[in-house]
Amino acid sequence: MTVVIDRTRDPPLDGVAPRASGPVSAAARARQQAGKGGGDLYKPRTQIYPKRVNGRWRMLKWALMGLMLAIYYITPWIRWERPGALPDQAVLVDFEGGRFYFFWIQLWPQEVYFITGLLVMAALALFLTTALFGRLWCGYACPQTVWTDLFLMVERRFEGDRNARMKLDAAPWSFDKAWRKLGKHAVWLGIAFGTGGAWIFYFHDAPTLIRTFWIGQGALTAYVSCALLTATTYVLAGTMREQVCTYMCPWPRIQGAMLDKQSLQVTYRYDRGEPRGPHKKGAGWEGRGDCIDCNQCVVVCPMGIDIRDGAQLECINCGLCIDACNEMMAKVDRPRGLIAYDTDAAVLDRSQGRKATYRFLRSRTLFYAVLLSLLSALMVWGLANRSPVEAHALRDRNPTFVRLRDGSVRDGYTLKVANRAFEGRTFLVTVSGVPGARVWTPGSRTGAPVAVDAAANEVTALRVFVTAPAGSLTAPSLPLTFHLTSGETAVEVETVFLSGAANADD
Amino acid sequence: MSGPHKDEITGTDTTGHEWDGIRELDNPLPRWWLWVFYACILFSIGYWVVMPAWPGLAGHTRGLLGQSDRAEVAKALKDLERQRGKGAAVLRGASLQQIEADPQLQAYALQVGQSVFGDNCATCHGAGGAGARGYPNLRDDVWLWGGSLEDIHHTLTVGVRSGHADTRVSQMPAFGRDGMLDQAKIADLTEYVVAISGGKADRAAAARAAPLFAEQCASCHGATGQGDVKQGAPDLTDGEWLYGSDHAAISGQIHAGRGGVMPAWGQRFSPETLKALAVYIHANAGGQDK
Repeated sequence: MTVVIDRTRDPPLDGVAPRASGPVSAAARARQQAGKGGGDLYKPRTQIYPKRVNGRWRMLKWALMGLMLAIYYITPWIRWERPGALPDQAVLVDFEGGRFYFFWIQLWPQEVYFITGLLVMAALALFLTTALFGRLWCGYACPQTVWTDLFLMVERRFEGDRNARMKLDAAPWSFDKAWRKLGKHAVWLGIAFGTGGAWIFYFHDAPTLIRTFWIGQGALTAYVSCALLTATTYVLAGTMREQVCTYMCPWPRIQGAMLDKQSLQVTYRYDRGEPRGPHKKGAGWEGRGDCIDCNQCVVVCPMGIDIRDGAQLECINCGLCIDACNEMMAKVDRPRGLIAYDTDAAVLDRSQGRKATYRFLRSRTLFYAVLLSLLSALMVWGLANRSPVEAHALRDRNPTFVRLRDGSVRDGYTLKVANRAFEGRTFLVTVSGVPGARVWTPGSRTGAPVAVDAAANEVTALRVFVTAPAGSLTAPSLPLTFHLTSGETAVEVETVFLSGAANADD
Repeated sequence: MSGPHKDEITGTDTTGHEWDGIRELDNPLPRWWLWVFYACILFSIGYWVVMPAWPGLAGHTRGLLGQSDRAEVAKALKDLERQRGKGAAVLRGASLQQIEADPQLQAYALQVGQSVFGDNCATCHGAGGAGARGYPNLRDDVWLWGGSLEDIHHTLTVGVRSGHADTRVSQMPAFGRDGMLDQAKIADLTEYVVAISGGKADRAAAARAAPLFAEQCASCHGATGQGDVKQGAPDLTDGEWLYGSDHAAISGQIHAGRGGVMPAWGQRFSPETLKALAVYIHANAGGQDK
């Protein structure tokens, strides 16, 4: 059952109510077939044959499609010099090494909260954009839209435009139909493979993988991911298309909460269009709306909806119907913009004879903008103040302490030094907090300074022992601090020195 | 059993069975369920062909794939050996001191040592090596047979009272059980031992036992009771007691002269494993040369 967000009929307008006519869009037909209260559990798809359209928004969509695809395919091939054996790929999700590289930023798995922050930022940016301009993401940038557009382009090359495709599908099988279908699916599969093939370069060194992949020496995950993305691209962009947006994607459901009457969306200006009806050449325009009911907005819609029914769940805000309508308006010599990016409030204002007002500063947009700015600032601050060195002390738990011959007590610790810098460095280890406490590491000479060679971009572990004389053990648990110093860098690790009841009993 | 019975409300046949007036509708199985069921049957037939499946009088069917869990375990063990081979070769060629001084080698030896210790030593000495009554603490600086790397390595190799030809062995006489000393003398001696280890003791009794100690005990434990690592004789003046520090425990030890047994691990472990284990124990005991 498709949910319809229908604003055109609310509030009812005096005299300019939308004309009641049979459903013209695929989505409306499906809804009517299903009837009230739902239909079968499974609704067969009504094939949609979007017509090719020319115009400003179509051009923008082509340009953005090119840009998105370029970003997707080129990014893994950007080189970025890093010292030593570190990967020289600018953007790399290195699962084997457990590192994420993004140009000058390098993240460890422990810092996954940066990724979380990025995702929250992306969500907020999406909220803000949607509240301001409607579902621009859905219409222009979403991979589902971009790849569906690409697949439709291929489909047109092989099978022609809308009418030719409908005729071809209805025609019995013939050689002509067979090679067109075969060719289309072959190219689709090729693109799908190219998509899956590009994806894997984000996870391995691209120049290496492109060689090893073809000779069967690539990582198993590369083949699995490639096969998986090939399959999903082919199925989602080739055969499922608008069903992904309507039934699978949660975003159309969420968007209802982001949109309001002041959001710019693809809007049919019913105040200008109604009452609609066919228009004969030379006839006047008095007493009727500008909509000539040519259905061009419906046939070009990749989602198969009739925008004149108002804003609806399926609409991805791509603006192709705007181009189609503008083309028709030019033909019948009426002003452009019968369908345009507009707000419900503006259309309502005009329909009631008021001047349309636009309000982009609303509590909703301000809230998203402030939240987004705060989070961005927090992220920048976090990235800028991230310490390249982090150390932890793991205290031995079995035994927690060892009493020595002379009554002093020894605790064992494992120091873990995470060196996120690209150079190795040596840290001197000293302790404070327990008077007379000595630190040493197995194999070091008595009295010699304890040092840990923290290798570049790794966690280095060092076993250390701290011995405290009996006289200084004033409590079963004393605070102890390890100091790691290397030139200007100093890291402190707080822990405790346990001596049990070493001094209390016996 | 009557013939097909139709349920009045749904118009569906029932199975014909009745339990206390309750009848079961004979609805068809869901189609997806049936398909899965048939697919399972097909799968199982294929499985019988390619995998070991049917038991027979003399073994079982092998299957076309020749799958064998035993063979896989053997292969996995061989793989493990090969993986360890490189590290093992390095350990074999390095001296104990070299292993301990090289951070990488040491880290490797500690890993190997930890797993070997957990499998073999922890049973008696505890997972952390802190020991228990009768089982020496391997984490402190008190060693019956010496705490240097070489001493530990040698003790591990030959064991203690293990039956190995070169085993570490010491035997404290059972002074009481074998009737060498009477109860009063053992009581006096106990007071003496408590006194030299700094505990509260009956001074008069301790004074009485002084010549007795010099006569019976000093040959192994030393004139002042400081012990002798060469003979495996414990230091009686420190605070560490293998069998307990109270009067009863000490007099019990003088009476029965207990001594523990440790296997000679040299017969069970490869040289490199022994080295790793020695380094691990030495490191966890502080890892310092005296």
